[in-house]
Formats: sequence, C-alpha cells, structure tokens
Amino acid sequence: MKVLTVNFLTCAVKTCKTSPEAFPLHFRDAELAQQDLEFNPEFIKNMLLRLDWNAFRVTTSELGFSTIPAEKPEGDALNDETLLRDLHKVLLETQVMEGKLVCGHCAHEYAIKEGIANFLLPNHLV
Amino acid sequence: MLPTPSTSHVSFDNVYEPAEDSFLLLDALSAPSETAFLQHRFPAATASSGAATPAPLVVEVGTGSGVVLAFVTAHAKTIFGHTNVLTLATDVNRFACEAAQRTVQTAIKDVCDSDTQTPTTSAAPASSAAFLSPVLSDLTSAIRPGEIDMLIFNPPYVPTEELPILPSTHSIDTSAGSNQGVSSHSIFERDSYLLSLSYAGGADGMETTDRLLEQIPTILHPERGVAYLLLCAQNRPEDVKARIRAWGNGWAAETVATSGKTAGWERLQIVRIWRP
Ligand SMILES: [Zn+2]
Repeated sequence: MKVLTVNFLTCAVKTCKTSPEAFPLHFRDAELAQQDLEFNPEFIKNMLLRLDWNAFRVTTSELGFSTIPAEKPEGDALNDETLLRDLHKVLLETQVMEGKLVCGHCAHEYAIKEGIANFLLPNHLV
Repeated sequence: MLPTPSTSHVSFDNVYEPAEDSFLLLDALSAPSETAFLQHRFPAATASSGAATPAPLVVEVGTGSGVVLAFVTAHAKTIFGHTNVLTLATDVNRFACEAAQRTVQTAIKDVCDSDTQTPTTSAAPASSAAFLSPVLSDLTSAIRPGEIDMLIFNPPYVPTEELPILPSTHSIDTSAGSNQGVSSHSIFERDSYLLSLSYAGGADGMETTDRLLEQIPTILHPERGVAYLLLCAQNRPEDVKARIRAWGNGWAAETVATSGKTAGWERLQIVRIWRP
C-alpha cells in the first residue's frame, strides 16, 4: 500500500469513528519498498489540497522521513521542485509491504501482508 | 470504445468473474453524459488561473477482479478530463484484493504502453490516475468519513434465502493448500463461500446494499460526493430511488444506464446517487 493511503483510513471499530485518536492509524514494524513512478508536479499540487497535513506528518515521522516541512506548502513553495519530488517519493513511490496499522484509540492492530491491510474485525468487535 | 482491462491472470474459482453487470458499469462511466457530469463535478485546474483543485478519491467497494476500478484508473484522462485522481479498492475477499491489485497495475501499464509508441520512454503525459491500494475490509468500514468523492458498488444483488456470514480477521485460510494439508474438498468449500459473498444478497438481494446505502451520507464528501450503484430488477430499483430521495437534504437518485430489457423490464441498471 502506498503511504498516501493511510491519510484516508481510520479504525474499522464503530466506536472509534468519532475519536480523534483513531486518525491517523499508526504504522508499526513497517517494511518499505520503493516503486518508480513518473513524477507529475500537477498531481502533487492537486493532491496536497486534500491531504491532511498533520496526519501526514505523523505518518512520515513514524516511517523515518525527516525532510517533510512543518507547514503544508502553499503559494511559492509549490514551485519548489525538490520539495515536490520529495513528496512524490514519500506519498506515491513508497509502499508499505508488511507490518501493522494500530489504532490510537482502541489499540487494535491491523496486519499488512504483501501490501494489503486487513481491516476485517475479529468476531467480538463486529 | 475504451479497452476493457485484462483479467486473464485472475482465478475465477474464488473471485467474481466480470459479467454483464461489470460491463454495464464500464459503459455507464465512460458514456458522454456521465463523463460530462464527472468533468463538471471534478474539474481540472484551469489553464488560465492555474489554480489547483482537490484531487478526487474514487473508491470501488467489493471490487472483485478489479476490472471496473482498473478501467476508471487507466482511463482517468478520458473519464475525468485529467489524471489528478486517486483510486482505492475494498473487498472482503483477500483473493479479490490481490487480483484487483494486479488488474489495476496491468491496466495502467497497458494504457501507458499504447500511449507511448516506444514503451521504454515515458515522456508522454500519463493517462492514468494514481492507484493507492486494495484494502481487505467490509464495505467502507476502514475509510475515513467524508473522504470519498466517487463511490462505485456492484453489490451482491441476487435474492437468496440466507446472507452468507461475513469473514472475520482470520476466518479464511488463503494459503495454497497442498503443502498445508488442506483437502481439495475444503478448498472447494472455501471457494464456494467466497464466491457466494460476491452474489448472495439476502432478502430482495438488498441486505448488503441497504447497509451501504446507510453509510452513503456520512462516507461521501459532503459537497462533491457521488455514488454509482448497480441494481437488478428484483431489488425494486424504483423503491430504492424513492427511499434515497426521502433522505431529504437534497439527495437525488437517477438511473443513468440500463441493460437487458425484457418485456418492458430492465434487468440491470446503474443508479447515480448525489446531491446536485
Ligand atoms: Zn480503534
């Protein structure tokens, strides 16, 4: 799964939906892989408009990416090709192949196997 | 006609095989009336101002082989008029998630190869959206409320006496079998069960669709959101649309494509659900 995916996911447990602690889910023991994709600055700019920047910062710091600015780039900063290429690399080219996503509210762990996260719940949580 | 994505790598022993319903969705989503609607709802950044617009997130629920999402992803340029689009698939069947991943990636590569006469150079602008991931989950349960701009659902719509029980975290053994000591009989049972999840809809074929409809007002983006839902005649589509309109708050439901007309009845139809 692309790192960007986790910006749109939350805990599958119903009672967690309204909890701010359930977003973003936290990566644990993540094994990463890189996939080369064509760099498209227009795509990055449009995608940034809908990205939850604070959640993205949490995710990237957990995965060990240190070059992400504290504030979402706007205006002239969007012409900084180095920054856009960094974002392209983290958001689109970085895949999480194995590991877990953990809910910060209920502590439930969702396993990631071969790039696919398993959000099916055990019977007692459905 | 846009090419249909290849699913030749998929084992249809345990993943729903693309059929008339899948192809009706492809036709509906690439018809001029629907692409005009989508291009108006999810406009590209205007050339004059250069202002960016939020990239829409397209989610196919119960993606199966992934043929529909692969089509939308690979042909984003034609459907949306631009490729600043994100796509994501969900399914309760791990085999389907794996199949869909490959179907989408293959479709992106195929359309890219046909765009650039020489496949080794990728200088031409891409025609495809960005595919995020398949997610093994029940309906939209793993997706953050309000994030989905376009939802596509080809549900289990066949009326059946019973609704199969949904799989839980570890209930399906997806290991290959032979070296695990799993008998061919139990593999057959497992595969029959997985296929039943793709078609068995319970009472009126609506039990799963009703659960999805309940989620639509919270899961879709409050302004931009639109859903495409496939229904068959036994689902009583006129009643379904009337119920959606009765949500109030500006919700609309219209049939945008039909197929298999017999004796005045449309066997299958696609309903668009949105707030104009
Ligand atoms: Zn939780």
